[in-house]
Amino acid sequence: MSLDWMIQIIQSNWPMFLRGAGWTLVIALTGTIIGSLIGLLAGVVRTIPAPEKGIKKNLLKLINAILTIYIEFFRGTPMIVQAMVIFYGSALAFNFHMNPIIAGIVVVGINTGAYMAEIVRGGIISVDKGQYEAAQAIGMNHVQTMIHVVMPQVIRNILPATGNQFIINIKDTAVLSVISVTELFFQTKTVAGNNFRYFESFFVACIIYFIMTFAITLILRYFERKLEGPDNYTVIGNNLHVETAEDMKKKANKGM
Amino acid sequence: METIIEIQRLSKSFGSHEVLKDIHFSVEKGEVVTIIGSSGSGKSTLLRCVNLLEKPSGGQIIYNGENILDDRHDIHQYRRKLGMVFQQFNLFNNHDVLNNCMVGQIKVLKRSKEEAEQIARKYLRVVGMENYINAKPRHLSGGQKQRVAIARALSMEPDVMLFDEPTSALDPEMVGEVLKIMKELAGTGLTMLIVTHEMEFAREVSDRVVFMDKGVIAEEGPPEKIFNNPDQERTREFLKRTLKTV
Ligand SMILES: Nc1ncnc2c1ncn2[C@@H]1O[C@H](COP(=O)(O)OP(=O)(O)O)[C@@H](O)[C@H]1O
Ligand SMILES: [Mg+2]
Repeated sequence: MSLDWMIQIIQSNWPMFLRGAGWTLVIALTGTIIGSLIGLLAGVVRTIPAPEKGIKKNLLKLINAILTIYIEFFRGTPMIVQAMVIFYGSALAFNFHMNPIIAGIVVVGINTGAYMAEIVRGGIISVDKGQYEAAQAIGMNHVQTMIHVVMPQVIRNILPATGNQFIINIKDTAVLSVISVTELFFQTKTVAGNNFRYFESFFVACIIYFIMTFAITLILRYFERKLEGPDNYTVIGNNLHVETAEDMKKKANKGM
Repeated sequence: METIIEIQRLSKSFGSHEVLKDIHFSVEKGEVVTIIGSSGSGKSTLLRCVNLLEKPSGGQIIYNGENILDDRHDIHQYRRKLGMVFQQFNLFNNHDVLNNCMVGQIKVLKRSKEEAEQIARKYLRVVGMENYINAKPRHLSGGQKQRVAIARALSMEPDVMLFDEPTSALDPEMVGEVLKIMKELAGTGLTMLIVTHEMEFAREVSDRVVFMDKGVIAEEGPPEKIFNNPDQERTREFLKRTLKTV
């Protein structure tokens, strides 16, 4: 029976599944972090107001053009193909074999960066223009404005999309098996290749993937709620004390 | 008297739309100047040109004897000398009240945290918001937000304060609390340049009133003159219209 098989598969192969799941998490997480950093940087650069003239203007134009090519190229090609190109391309170009896990992280990072750049740009544009102007008006330059005023609000805006990207990456690292990254899908293939129980082995993998993505969904939801911050604040000093229901009850009790 | 800002032949166009034409005017140290005029006449654009939130299309802005529209002039250096209060408050949503008044001091003026906090608290006291230092902007009423915005600008200890219709986005019952603070500030010798629709207030605090119409300064003078006996027909028309609707 399938269920018995599954239990047996887990019992005899759990270290392989665990290691696979571990690498999946590590690659997805590192890739998401690298991708977010790329996305933040690209998003900031792409929203720098264009200088009027001079070398700076042309330099910015050039960088923007390169960023656009990068974003469109990586969004417009399958990650599985990118993985092959980067892994075998680096071997051809530099005559050395990248560690598949490093190659996997690079692929996921660059790929995520392309998506995050657009998400960040949207997040920056959605911050009220007045926030930017107020920062400029007190003398902040573009970088200071971004770091101290705009970006903290952008990060809050893009947190859900970033979490979503992380979850997508957990699932999409499966394609890295083509360059022999020993993530969960690759390990499952190995297990199934030994016992020929393909359905049962991959069903186990399925459940492990789901546990990972669902746990992350819950964790992210918790953080989002936390970031919203408290709904009230304390008024300091007693001359402006705001009466709460508690206070009024106390007073009423005293009066009795 | 010592001139702080002098504007010469200033013009501003958005595309082919000429919003400011050949503006000349100056602000003296300690002076309170109000700019009045109908909506769309270019008051906000003028104020925003003064602190370079809008780049003028032509002319000069002389600040302490230097033309700050010169390419080699550092506009960030210049802007920190001007405080700006916006119609929509524009408090930093990611900072609480105290930090709104500190972040510019620390990052732009490079003041120490302790000094910045001390100064921020001082000006929050001036605007009566010292009890709300932990509140985030979304917790505050419009009037409270605008008072914090004033404290934020004052904390930078600017040479000139610019106000762009600071009470226009407020519910009527909150207008008074903000105007009261501005009157107090005017009494301290602070240099102020104020765009406002509050005519009573303008008459009371101004050393000089500037009336703008269709992108030009139509008339300027002491408040008694502008409000009681203006030279220009269009000034009279505007005042008649405005005072009737109030
Ligand atoms: N960013 C902009 N782009 C195009 N037109 C603008 C912009 N800002 C202001 N204007 C135009 O300039 C004119 C003057 O606007 P403004 O200075 O806001 O007037 P006021 O503050 O006196 O009401 C208006 O016709 C307005 O539509
Ligand atoms: Mg205006």
